Amino acid sequence: MRAAFTRLLRGQGEILGLLVFFAVVLVFFGLTTPRFLAAGTFQSIAFQLPELGLLTLAMLLPILSGGLNLAITFTANIAGLAMAWVIQLGGGPEAGLMMVLLGTAAALAVGALAGGVMGVVVAFVGAHPILVSLAMMIFLRGLGEFLTRGGDISGFPPFIATIGHGTVFGIPLPLLILLVAALLWQVLLGRSRFGFSTYMAGSNLEATRYSGIDTRRVLVLVYVLSGVMSAVAGILMLTRFNSVRVGHGEAYLLITVLACFLGGVDPFGGFGRTAAVVLALVILQTIASGLNLMGAHQHLATALWGVFLIAVMVGRWVWQRWSWRAPG
Amino acid sequence: MPTWGFEAVRGGATDAAPRILAVEHVSKVFGGVQALVDVDFDVLEGEVHCLAGENGCGKSTLIKIVSGVHAPEPGAVLRFAGERVEGLTPVTARRLGIQVIWQDLALFPEMTVAENIAFEANLGGRPRWVDYGAMRRTAAQVLERLGVTLPTGRPLRELGIAQRQVVAIARALVAEARLVFMDEPTASLTQAETRALFEVVHRLKADGIATVFVSHRLAEVLEIAERVTVLRDGRMVGVYPAAELTQNRLAELMTGEAHEAVVRAQDRSAGRVVLEVEGLARAGEYEDVSFSLHAGEILGITGLLGAGRTEVAATLFGLTSPDRGDIRLDGRELRLGSNRDAIRSGIAYVSEDRLSLGLVQPQSISRNIAITVLDRLLGLLGLLDPEKERRLVAGWVDRLKIRIGRPEDAVATLSGGNQQRVVLAKWLATEPRLLILDSPTVGVDIGARAGIFQIVRELAASGLAILMISDEIPELYHNADRILHMRAGRLIGEFQPGEAPIEAIEAAVHA
Repeated sequence: MRAAFTRLLRGQGEILGLLVFFAVVLVFFGLTTPRFLAAGTFQSIAFQLPELGLLTLAMLLPILSGGLNLAITFTANIAGLAMAWVIQLGGGPEAGLMMVLLGTAAALAVGALAGGVMGVVVAFVGAHPILVSLAMMIFLRGLGEFLTRGGDISGFPPFIATIGHGTVFGIPLPLLILLVAALLWQVLLGRSRFGFSTYMAGSNLEATRYSGIDTRRVLVLVYVLSGVMSAVAGILMLTRFNSVRVGHGEAYLLITVLACFLGGVDPFGGFGRTAAVVLALVILQTIASGLNLMGAHQHLATALWGVFLIAVMVGRWVWQRWSWRAPG
Repeated sequence: MPTWGFEAVRGGATDAAPRILAVEHVSKVFGGVQALVDVDFDVLEGEVHCLAGENGCGKSTLIKIVSGVHAPEPGAVLRFAGERVEGLTPVTARRLGIQVIWQDLALFPEMTVAENIAFEANLGGRPRWVDYGAMRRTAAQVLERLGVTLPTGRPLRELGIAQRQVVAIARALVAEARLVFMDEPTASLTQAETRALFEVVHRLKADGIATVFVSHRLAEVLEIAERVTVLRDGRMVGVYPAAELTQNRLAELMTGEAHEAVVRAQDRSAGRVVLEVEGLARAGEYEDVSFSLHAGEILGITGLLGAGRTEVAATLFGLTSPDRGDIRLDGRELRLGSNRDAIRSGIAYVSEDRLSLGLVQPQSISRNIAITVLDRLLGLLGLLDPEKERRLVAGWVDRLKIRIGRPEDAVATLSGGNQQRVVLAKWLATEPRLLILDSPTVGVDIGARAGIFQIVRELAASGLAILMISDEIPELYHNADRILHMRAGRLIGEFQPGEAPIEAIEAAVHA
């Protein structure tokens, strides 16, 4: 029993640390902001978290494989556009469920395609993922702005809004979508051959290839899945705002990278866990909501995220030095 | 040569060369571990000295203390050129003339050869601008002293490893070195390049500069050194004149165990043919390569670096395709599209480059063993079963006697010998019929080498066909059944250990 418990704790230092940190954040805002510990706060966090969360999951895979996907937000936009286009073909506000499902499929397919193209270039040409995804990002943005002429696309059937705003047993639907997605990632990364290969390739691509892993296939799949997850975020944005605008969520891009690092993901690939990243996201969103309630300006909240992340990196460094010096 | 500040000192030398460096009672403790215990060490002026010992014996720690990186425990006495030295730092050590050339050389690939050699001497002077002309002149002067010609205007990255070594030595000379430590300088050199390096060391000696070699190639140690200091487990074993040592004796001193060198070659040609290679050729790499390998046989391939040995192995492992020729495994024609095809056919390849190709160093021991057989570790819903992985890894750790802490530790934390056992485990897990070993003892201690070869011989005895590539001829001589000699992409000879004397093989290979 005790041995099992120690085994459970082993390697969970990252998650334990984040949990402690989360508790500190909760206590701090609980004491300083009277309205913080109310159901409304958590309701608002639960609705705001999923978009950023899904995009972060989309960013996580490429980072683990030793790369990066800078095109996630615009992939989400273009996927949303594809869905909007199908729905409008099907009658706009009068479109039926069938057309919405078809639109969803179109959005996922567009996400997979955008990711797949990046994956093929990264895997077969050997170009750097930053450059490849940057090019894809510029292409998608230009394409989207050209197609929408910079405006909003709206006019969807009203029942779509239930996905973005509805609840099941009091749990917001977007949060459920995020939880399912995170669970999927957890299993995929922790227990599948693909996940195993992604970590190994992230640490050393050539040595992984020498071991008989089809690293090209792994890389293509990494970017396809990243694109699909971006598309899911795009669909969620469409249902939340009842419109699509190219550029929406652009500010999330770098936050997703930082959320990954806050969750203990190695910036050079090979190491990182889904659970820790999700926890890091929850902490970031809680801080933002807390500051909001305190009356801090939204931009100040963003600035404080930056300060906070630097503090975490310094803290990690101190922790590592300390454990390095400790005997054994 | 008026620029060399130590001329005067040397002029004062009497018949018995004075000691340039003498340390006594040096101990060092790291986090409760005694890295060095009361070690005495001295180097004479102009001497070529060798520091020998297995990995972890304290060689590096001793060098770091002498070069001011680590401070010794209180009680140590350091003397340089007869003067007592206290509180040595890397800067003061260099000012005294103590230079260390680490294995990674610490050079700048994008800078030119001249800049690499002379930039330090040009820093900190007045006026504060860079005089490229002076740099080139300094570099040319030093290279001439070393008797070497290098393209001083080219970026360093265009140079081979042997030439970079010379650049590092030249840089030490510019810094007016009187005592140069070289950490495993020959590890990645061919024999011819090693010869050239020794030539440079002799030049240093002629200039009165002492050299301390750290190497675990015993033959080289005995050839170049005048005296050998042997360390074992942080303790001093003794100081010996190289002329009084043999390779076997030195190996015994380093490991504390007796080593027997026997020839085990047997005629295996009666066994089933496992691998048949016929007329294999690949433009620019190798030509007309034909041989056969029998079950239970260890076939050695030797030759100088660049002879095409590794290239043939790469083709057998499906990493490159041949232009012409046939490969038959168990009588079946092989067409390999990738190394995955080779692995499926029963071929395993232990790369010579364990650091960047053999293992995924930062990842766990467990994952590094499991990576080749993931499809056998699947359980419910086609997901990886951690219990199956645990059992697989525990089984191999036990079978190959791999000394590990925990399976989830990074494989990089293991010693070279244990890492090589992990590599063997990961390939044996695929149940291969042909095992290709490319320089299997690179970076492995002498004591640990014997263990690796014992495993290899046991595998052969169980019927595995083994192709062993190595430029360490004694290793092949004592372990292989036959030795093929490759030069410039062609197989040009075959030897039977025991029938041909080892000297004849070495002479043929290095001719």
